[in-house]
Amino acid sequence: MADKPKVAFYWCASCGGCEEAVVDLEEQILKVVDAVDIVLWPVAMDFKRSEIEAMPDGSIAVAFINGGVRMSEQEEWVHMLRRKSQMVVAFGACAHLGGIPGLANLNNRQQVFDTVYQNVPSQDNQAHTVPGEHSRMDGHTLELPRFWDEVKALHQVIDVDYYLPGCAPPPALIWAAIEAILTGTLPPKGAVLSPNKACCDDCPRKDSKPDKIELTEIKRPSTHIADPELCFMAQGFICMGPATRSGCGNPCIEGNMPCRGCMGPMDDVFDQGAKFLSAFASILAPKTEAEIDKLLDQIPDPVGTFYRFSLPTSLLHRRRTGATV
Amino acid sequence: MKLVTVTIDGIKTEAEDRTPLVQVAQKVGVKIPTLCHHPLVEPYGVCRICTVEVHMRGRVRLVTACNYPVTNGIEVFTQTDRVRRTRKLILEWLLARCGHVPLLNTMAGEYGITEPRFGRGDDTCILCGLCVRVCSDVVGANVLGFFNRGTTRYVGTPYDEPSDKCIACGACAEVCPTGCITIDDEAEQIRGELPLGPMTAIYIPTMQAVPHQPVIDYDSCIHFKTDACRVCATVCEAKAIDHGQQDRHEEIQVGSIVVATGFQPVDAQKVPQYGYGRYPNVFTALQVEHMVNASGPNNGQVLLKDGSTPKAVGIIHCVGSRDKNTHEYCSRVCCMYSLKLAHLVHERSGAKIYNFYIDMRSAGKGYEEFYNHLLEEGCEFIRGRVAEVSDWAVTPMETDKLVIRVEDTLAGLVRRIPVDMVVLSTGLEAREDADDVRRMFNMSCSSEGWFLERHPKLAPVSTFTDGVFIAGCAQGPKDIPDTVAQAGAAAAEAMALIDTGQVELEAYTAWITEERCSGCQICVPLCPFSAIEFNKEKKVSTLNEALCKGCGTCVAACPSHAAQQHHFTDAQIMAEIEGVLVR
Amino acid sequence: MATTTIPVTTAFEPRIVAFFCNWCTYTASDLAGTARLAYEPNAPVIRVMCSGRIDPQFVLKALQEGADGVLIGGCHPGDCHYQEGNYKTLRRFRLLKRILTQFGVDDARVRLEWISASEGDRVQHVINEMTDQLRTLGPWHARN
Repeated sequence: MADKPKVAFYWCASCGGCEEAVVDLEEQILKVVDAVDIVLWPVAMDFKRSEIEAMPDGSIAVAFINGGVRMSEQEEWVHMLRRKSQMVVAFGACAHLGGIPGLANLNNRQQVFDTVYQNVPSQDNQAHTVPGEHSRMDGHTLELPRFWDEVKALHQVIDVDYYLPGCAPPPALIWAAIEAILTGTLPPKGAVLSPNKACCDDCPRKDSKPDKIELTEIKRPSTHIADPELCFMAQGFICMGPATRSGCGNPCIEGNMPCRGCMGPMDDVFDQGAKFLSAFASILAPKTEAEIDKLLDQIPDPVGTFYRFSLPTSLLHRRRTGATV
Repeated sequence: MKLVTVTIDGIKTEAEDRTPLVQVAQKVGVKIPTLCHHPLVEPYGVCRICTVEVHMRGRVRLVTACNYPVTNGIEVFTQTDRVRRTRKLILEWLLARCGHVPLLNTMAGEYGITEPRFGRGDDTCILCGLCVRVCSDVVGANVLGFFNRGTTRYVGTPYDEPSDKCIACGACAEVCPTGCITIDDEAEQIRGELPLGPMTAIYIPTMQAVPHQPVIDYDSCIHFKTDACRVCATVCEAKAIDHGQQDRHEEIQVGSIVVATGFQPVDAQKVPQYGYGRYPNVFTALQVEHMVNASGPNNGQVLLKDGSTPKAVGIIHCVGSRDKNTHEYCSRVCCMYSLKLAHLVHERSGAKIYNFYIDMRSAGKGYEEFYNHLLEEGCEFIRGRVAEVSDWAVTPMETDKLVIRVEDTLAGLVRRIPVDMVVLSTGLEAREDADDVRRMFNMSCSSEGWFLERHPKLAPVSTFTDGVFIAGCAQGPKDIPDTVAQAGAAAAEAMALIDTGQVELEAYTAWITEERCSGCQICVPLCPFSAIEFNKEKKVSTLNEALCKGCGTCVAACPSHAAQQHHFTDAQIMAEIEGVLVR
Repeated sequence: MATTTIPVTTAFEPRIVAFFCNWCTYTASDLAGTARLAYEPNAPVIRVMCSGRIDPQFVLKALQEGADGVLIGGCHPGDCHYQEGNYKTLRRFRLLKRILTQFGVDDARVRLEWISASEGDRVQHVINEMTDQLRTLGPWHARN
């Protein structure tokens, strides 16, 4: 076993879906297990931190890390994995872009705590207890990781070699990445392991897209049932497809849901949300400020819509709060 | 058309069957006297002075020539004793009603009447009805009519009241053979005011008009008001007048366009202290120009409102120019046209001329010499901005005069100068619709509304739109020589563009990298020049760089970073942003 | 050798990135120059051919790079050299403003102005006014 490359899987601020994605490789996972030696996979097997710490630096061939970095403990782990690994792959939308947890960047730590531990209707916390780094109880000191103000994507904390996009990454892409790693046919460092074209490229509804779209109404999947054949944009739904990398196999479109942008932007796009915003605003019909505003009122949460997966990696990273808003 | 043979006083001629005899006679040069006849209205045969003798198939009859239709083989005699006797009797009857009308008395002389047998009446209307017929058949106003019967018959307006249906066209007075009807210009002042009117509804706009053809003023032409008249069309031998012409919008494909839409004079009422519109003898320079024009309505005479000749004329420069309240710029042409008017007005009226100026700007070939010439001519020049023109007389010398109050900055005192006529040298301003024209051609305007050239020195007749050039006052105030020079330059630029047969494109076009394009087609409808097309085979958008004008709107919209713009790539602009923000 | 002391001011001076379209606002700023209309030096201008080229990413990039404000200048509606580029700008701007509000960017920091080629005085007025407002508002990055 010693000659097989060592592989680590780790999770940070994530939902666990990415772990599911690995299992979704189905029987191909057996090939993976045959080919590599898994040294760390907290969701599936029991490993101790001390064991990894004891490994020599660079002894792990590849570390697949999913989830954003949101707490001090996660930061410690990813730094350690970076030291121990020759290659780090940001696995899934959260590690790649910050992901859904990254929307917390519209708030700070205090606001998150207030909401979660105080203000939600299901909470009864009259003592105003919130997680602290050090708590004393019965003469013991309990230490918890520090909860940061901000969610970060993996590359904002450590050096990342490759990105496997998606929420969760589609098995086909995972397998292609593993094959590329095993056969040594990887693209240059820093690449996103998915085609550099937008979802429209292989969208099953591509041919239904009209020459010209001029939106006079914006629809939402919660209020309107979409035509199962027609281009979502042409119907007035916000579909992030034009600004989102393909490679996902369009499962959302197949399920009659518009693209939400989990695969992230194409190469050389600085800010997925802003880029989509620019494209989307270009196809609005109204011409006067008042009419435009009236139409835009139909988007209740623009940041949540355009930056659903990419807020921490957007150009501004987060909301800045100050005296005036 | 059936032709018949007619013999008039022995002259054999051919005419169309049933033509009124009077017309045939006129054609062969036989004079038949008429009173109630006018070629513009249907014959009426009421005055009977045109009585002639007709021989037809052995029968002899006395008929009225004006409404007698000729038939084949008739023989007409216009001067037989019987005819003359009859006409004499008719004239005596007419004189019995209207004994003092000069025309009738002249005619009476011809027929040997010295003292009419039935006396001389005092009326002037012979009830020929020409006025009534012209008013109804030609003008279409239907104001005049006959009232009562027999001896009390008369022509008048309903209830003898002045009718508001009367358009004061004057046609009734024009056709009245006895001069019974006159038009009261003074009372109504409808036919234009002295000394500039009246003008007809059909006229040649200016002496230099191109094409040099008359135009019909749609708003004043009687035909377009009442659907009648068309007198001009009747009298035009060339049959060139067609009232049925409609406005046509024609689309013409051209290679380049020269915009030379000119200027408009500043409205002199915007400078109220000079009394234009308030005092009748305050004129704008253009009105005086109209007056001194030898072929104008005034035959080149300089007259005041009351028709008299002015003895002193004040010309105020810089009206609506060099003034914070109107336009701050110098209109450039007013100094010289004021000098020209000073010279002409003095020449035509002998009046003493005062010029009130801020600075004399006589730059240009021969201009300074002309200024010196006027100084020698005795024209007075007073340096100072005129404060006010009023009719308030302080001294007896100023009674019934317009008083120009001005600070003479050379003499260092405030002067009051009484004149008969004030001429306002109004400046030039951009046309009211300059903004619409600008938009049509996608040009820019300066803040004063003049069209902006691409570069004041390097591209003075080019605009920001390729293939559109500007010339003349549309670009800014200038005189005729400068305009002609600029027009030549603009025409040459336009020709050069057409002649080359090819255009140089800007380098900053956009391009689309096919390998990056997902075919989302967001960019396709954004292009105002239709430079982007969706390639249905490759399923990507393609950009025709020859059509692209380089706005970059598609680039900003492309969510795939597939569209980029030469010289304005994302990377270049991002680097610029970093650059300007370096601390 | 004579020495000159350059006064060092510690007072906050806002930095504004101005994106001006070539045909209207950029020409207007040129006009302001030829008319010798002095205005605050706080807004270096980045020229683009049309305000339609201004990608919302540029605005965010400027804010990220330390700009305290961003000024976008285009032709008046109906006056665009490219017919409708400025309408696209307006739509993007209205949507961008909503995003910026959620990001906590004060309204005064990002501004869209229609300034025609003849309005050199408007360039002067807008830049002076915006600089003044941002001086009061304080630096954007201190708001972290």
